[in-house]
Amino acid sequence: MSDTHAHSVAFVRETAIPPSPAPVNAAGPIKWMRDNLFATWANALLTVAALYFLYIVLAATLPWIVGGLWTTGSLAECREILQGKSAACFSVLTERWNQLLFGFKYPDELYWRPGLAFVLLFFAAAPVLFFDMPRKFLAFTVLYPFIAYWLIWGGSILSPIVALVGFSAGYVAYSKLVTRNFAAGFFGSVVAAFVVWFIGGYIVGAVASENPMLEAVPSRDLGGFMLNLMLGVTCVSLSIPLGIALALGRQSSMPLIKWICVIFIEFIRGVPLITLLFVASVMLAYFFPPEANVDLFLRVVIMITMFSSAYIAEVIRGGLAALPKGQYEAGDSLGLDYAQSMRLIILPQALKISIPGIVNIAVGLFKDTTLVSVISMFDLVGMIRGPILASTDWNGVYWELLGFAALLFFVVCYGISQYSQWLERRLATDHR
Amino acid sequence: MNKSVILGALTIAGLSAGAAAAATLDDVKERGKLNCGVTTGLVGFSAPDANGEWKGFDVAVCRAVAAAVLGDAMAVEFVPLTGKTRFTALAAGEIDVLARNTTWTLSRDVDLKFDFIGVNYYDGQGFMVPKELGVSSAKDLDGATVCIQTGTTTELNLADYFRANNISYEPVPIETNGEAQQQYLAGACDVYTTDASGLASTRATFEAPGDHMLLPEIVSKEPLGPLVRHGDNDWGDIVRWTLNALIAAEELGISSANINEMAESTTNPEVARLLGSEGNLGEMLGLSSDWAKNAILASGNYGEIFAKNIGEETPIGLARGLNAQWTNGGLLYSPPFR
Repeated sequence: MSDTHAHSVAFVRETAIPPSPAPVNAAGPIKWMRDNLFATWANALLTVAALYFLYIVLAATLPWIVGGLWTTGSLAECREILQGKSAACFSVLTERWNQLLFGFKYPDELYWRPGLAFVLLFFAAAPVLFFDMPRKFLAFTVLYPFIAYWLIWGGSILSPIVALVGFSAGYVAYSKLVTRNFAAGFFGSVVAAFVVWFIGGYIVGAVASENPMLEAVPSRDLGGFMLNLMLGVTCVSLSIPLGIALALGRQSSMPLIKWICVIFIEFIRGVPLITLLFVASVMLAYFFPPEANVDLFLRVVIMITMFSSAYIAEVIRGGLAALPKGQYEAGDSLGLDYAQSMRLIILPQALKISIPGIVNIAVGLFKDTTLVSVISMFDLVGMIRGPILASTDWNGVYWELLGFAALLFFVVCYGISQYSQWLERRLATDHR
Repeated sequence: MNKSVILGALTIAGLSAGAAAAATLDDVKERGKLNCGVTTGLVGFSAPDANGEWKGFDVAVCRAVAAAVLGDAMAVEFVPLTGKTRFTALAAGEIDVLARNTTWTLSRDVDLKFDFIGVNYYDGQGFMVPKELGVSSAKDLDGATVCIQTGTTTELNLADYFRANNISYEPVPIETNGEAQQQYLAGACDVYTTDASGLASTRATFEAPGDHMLLPEIVSKEPLGPLVRHGDNDWGDIVRWTLNALIAAEELGISSANINEMAESTTNPEVARLLGSEGNLGEMLGLSSDWAKNAILASGNYGEIFAKNIGEETPIGLARGLNAQWTNGGLLYSPPFR
């Protein structure tokens, strides 16, 4: 058939035409803009309006930021130099950065200690957060709280060592006794730990030298963003295990445990955090005799941990409830006991479902740590609202200081949220 | 278990309350430090500087007491307290003295069981207006919008004053002094009212302080003073007479510059008694004979403290006014040292 036409046409192309570039308005940035910014008249209008709005905001803020002063000694000096021009007076950050980060009482020459603790935090957190890493790095994570305590508070190295030995004794007692039954293991470990701490306390009191290797810093001297980070990290890491225990306890078939958990969760969730903080700072002072000065930092950590663990417990309960009943039955039919089926089947799935909720609470909790400023602890916001704005030099600087605080919090919270998204992708086992 | 700990602690607290009430002086000496409650930050009255050292008008009282009792003006542990935590901290024994611009009122003195030991600053509620408003007296403020901090005595004073003068106003409730500054500058209210010292220090932070003025009317009495716990009168005496020593020193012309000279070669018997070259006033208080000398050396006499922290040379620029010596028409009047 093809022969019939072979001589009747002048030219037959035998190869494919090389692809020519798409028309200008159907590819590249122009197409993208047409598709995304100017698809319809309404879209185009909105785009223009948004651009104009962006322009207004940037035109007002950029010169203010770029023209900012960094080296003056007071707000009055800034104003003198600016002569009525609108620009930021960042000098307050230059002069008070150390107070914003560490509080106004932490000794200058010791800033390296919390700094080092902060850097080590990444090494300690990495094996927990990125579980593809070798398991043996977890050993450092276990040691980290004691190292960080010693670095930040200083004092005798014996106290963190005694604390560590106490925990180890508790763990050994638990693993020895738990084979008989769980309650024996639990109470045995508590008793063992307290015996070690009690004896250790006496030894530390007797042996500790007057001049320890690291100078001791009392809790009252902690402050600034360091305090927010310490409270945030401590309370989140304590409240997740506690929250899991509470969530499981609430589902327990033992009425006593169930009701203790229910009452605890409902009571704590029914009380505002700020009330708990006032109880920690004000009321407990009435309960304890004046000499028995329970550390304010510890009191606040206990209160915030209680608060967030109640919320996390409810999030995890949601995860547990979302699992089909068949999963529980599967665990039972394999002959696993309660602990095994929870550890191997139920919790890994329930926690995966709960990740967004837990992260949400962690972010909220981290920001809530600024509430301690109302009980006269000088965290980042407390430093700004109290000492810095009350100094004769800097009274009246608001945007620069609060903007800086917002930036620090944003960096941390955005980091947490990015991590949780990675974690969700990493754990995704469904096929979407 | 938790419950029994709290109950046990309550019992112990109850038992020790009686013992803790007495002998604050011994506690301070044993501790080697005075625990002094101050505000978390108020311009001119107390705030830590860039090196973390506390400075200010109220802070100077703490330093003087520490110097009188311990001989060292730096032996003070400052406990920053908010308006909400200050009284519980004092009642619970966390602090020995509260010097936190606290108004002396009957209910605080009697019902809360504290002892005000004197007045270190006579304040009163005033009004600040922009000059362009063209107002020269608070009586012209009929119909004005007024920025006012909620939940303070200033709110009640304001209502009383306007009602007494039969004029109307519209309140703009605000929470903090910082917020008030912003609202007032943004024109959300015509008038800002709070303690006159607070108005002056607020105005000092404005870009153009000259565009705003304080009206002459002062509509309330706010005597601000240090206070101690009820029940330990010996300790109350020490704090009271330390403050009196600072005031008397100004009246008698003793300053931190000439104090050593005065102590040696004075002919005025009251100066000699005050500085311990004569008599045994220090011994009566349970202190060393040079207690008042140490207190005055800590940061100067009352006038010097005033000038350094809030006086006319500072950005806050407060005039002495009611806080001048009685000989200059003010209210400062120390009982005699005899």
